[in-house]
Amino acid sequence: MATKYDLRLLEAEPPAESAGLAWDRRSFLKAASLPCLAACAAAAMGGRNAVPLFAAPLAEDDSQFVKEARFYDKQPYRKIKCKLCPRGCAIDDRERGYCGVRENRGGTYYTLVHSRVVTAHIDPIEKKPLFHFLPGTVAFSIAAAGCNVNCKMCQNWDISQVRPEQVRSNYAPPERVAVLAQQNNCPTVAYTYSEPVVFYEYVADTAEAAHRLGVKSVVITGGYIQQEPLEKLCRQVDAIKVDLKGYSEKFYKEVVNGELKPVLDGLVTIRKHGVWNEIVYLVIPTLNDSESEFEGLAKWVKSELGPDVPVHFTRFHPEYLLKNLPPTPVETLERAKAIADAEGLHYVYIGNVPGHPAENTYCPKCRKIVVERTGYTVGTVHIHNNKCQYCQQPIPGVWRS
Amino acid sequence: MPTDTYGQTRRTFLRRGGAVCSALLTGGVQGWLGSQVTFAAVPPQSRLVISRDPNLRSTPTSLDSSRLVNCLDRAMQALHDCDSPLEAWRKVVRPGEVVGLKVNCLAGRGNCTRPELVNAVCERLQQAGIKDIVIWDRLNSDLESAHFKIVERGSGIRCFGNDVLGFDEDLAVFGNVGSLVAKTLTQVCDAVINLPVLKDHGIAGVTIALKSMFGAIHNPNKYHVNVCDPYVADVNMLPPIRRKVRLHICDATTAQYEGGPSFMPHWTWPYNGLLVSRDPVALDYTGWQIIEKKRAEVGMKSLLEMKREPTYISTAADAQHKLGNYDPDFIKVVEV
Repeated sequence: MATKYDLRLLEAEPPAESAGLAWDRRSFLKAASLPCLAACAAAAMGGRNAVPLFAAPLAEDDSQFVKEARFYDKQPYRKIKCKLCPRGCAIDDRERGYCGVRENRGGTYYTLVHSRVVTAHIDPIEKKPLFHFLPGTVAFSIAAAGCNVNCKMCQNWDISQVRPEQVRSNYAPPERVAVLAQQNNCPTVAYTYSEPVVFYEYVADTAEAAHRLGVKSVVITGGYIQQEPLEKLCRQVDAIKVDLKGYSEKFYKEVVNGELKPVLDGLVTIRKHGVWNEIVYLVIPTLNDSESEFEGLAKWVKSELGPDVPVHFTRFHPEYLLKNLPPTPVETLERAKAIADAEGLHYVYIGNVPGHPAENTYCPKCRKIVVERTGYTVGTVHIHNNKCQYCQQPIPGVWRS
Repeated sequence: MPTDTYGQTRRTFLRRGGAVCSALLTGGVQGWLGSQVTFAAVPPQSRLVISRDPNLRSTPTSLDSSRLVNCLDRAMQALHDCDSPLEAWRKVVRPGEVVGLKVNCLAGRGNCTRPELVNAVCERLQQAGIKDIVIWDRLNSDLESAHFKIVERGSGIRCFGNDVLGFDEDLAVFGNVGSLVAKTLTQVCDAVINLPVLKDHGIAGVTIALKSMFGAIHNPNKYHVNVCDPYVADVNMLPPIRRKVRLHICDATTAQYEGGPSFMPHWTWPYNGLLVSRDPVALDYTGWQIIEKKRAEVGMKSLLEMKREPTYISTAADAQHKLGNYDPDFIKVVEV
């Protein structure tokens, strides 16, 4: 492959800025190719505080990103069986798995995306969203190309549903990411935007490098992963946010192109290992917004994970292959929250509706606001020593001392 | 796919805005909206020509070029009811068009579209008045592994992979498929001749004409579930592909009945022929039967028993796709 990687400036996103205004150089270059809008785009770009994050060495091929993959079996005739995600791809020589970023080369399986960053931002941790994990801080957020499902509602399909050589990338080895996070006052590195499961080796190595510098790691994932790699990952990262995309196998089969059960099993595993976990449920009109699904989800979370796991019901916006559906009515999200509240979950949030009261964290005992939020902006935090400052009720999470 | 985005709204806005502006500048709203394409109906009966020559090989591994050209000529004349090969080719392409030759080189030199066949097609196209020919597949490295020489620029015959020009920026969507289509197909070629190979496929059952078009999209890895059904059919329905692919010439000089798509020499046999048709469904159905027959001869289980029957072929003929004829009663096989 003769892809060339050039020096590139990736933009640091101010913590308080909305996602709608965040964009990287790739988006800019794409937009600038449209002459009628180039002037506008350049003007918008000029107003931002761009900082050099990666100084990527020029490469004539992709060898710097290629490392032998973990979690696979060798089989006869140079075939391999991937054991990273429940899909369990059987892959012939010179072919790739469903994710598009792991390739069989002569009977050995390789990841093609180690240290291969397609986008990087400094985001508020609330954008992930993680509401009970160091609120008000920022996360050094990175992604590599690829995903092991193909959600019809994907918001980032142009990096998740492509092969790594089809998008511009930068070389960012783990140690470099850790140092950059520290230099930019980010207490965490977030592996996000696409699907960290498919760049597992990079996540594991970066988490290790970051921990050496006192920087934590959070994984933002669909949770479609086999048990063995998940259990190892749980020992290396500090929080995992799982997108539970629906609560029926039918939805997972038809809309996600995956399976529900392994995701539920994974959530139990995460809980068992004591890694901080939050759940996001993107509510899509007509597809996963029935009361029975909300009830089923809430009952399952309470019985299998406990009432303290935060659940975020977030608003869908038409994207990718679901442009025919409208945004989720706020009333639907409120109905979902009411059902989950009634089932006894303690921390149920509404997302992608800036200014909604359900963005705040309420003490489940005295019902006072203990973390104020508006969009991604955090106001006063009334938690001291992991307890509500009003009634001393323990509030689960990872809080700043 | 996590809900955490990285700037989608603005990017989407710019892209959509750009598309609107471009349309207004180049053709106005009428032109922008008027991009719907209608396709020819499936003929009541499809013709498929099998052209074979038992003496096609000069050695076990090399082909006799003159016999191969003869094989091709007989097939083209029989398919189009013409007295000369050039007359037949002129029913496929028009002078001045840029003609793409989609080859299949995934398995390398062992079982790919043979350069000797591609040379024969190029020769006839040039005689039919075609000056610009582009030989293409997924990657330059794939083409090189099949002994094609990369020629990215210049006039005449070029040869390069999709990694040279990349893919369109806007999704082409049909059914369960949403893909970016290779610019080589959408922006360079006026017409495409598909030159697949005849072989078994460990997931799809077989890979012949229809599945070869996975090499025209950016995300084929997403469409290998459920024996590739309905994805193969859906990919062939993507407007740029359906609009431009005109003819299918399957290289069955060497065929493979097990172990594909990788080259497994112990599961290949010299079929010494070409399968030529305008109907990819008829071609795939017929090719699949040839592979099944060979599997039965050597005592292997059928693809149905192996749980990889290529159901996508019948899907391609259903009411939603109408890509060709699946019923053998409506496929006229002519052997020459």
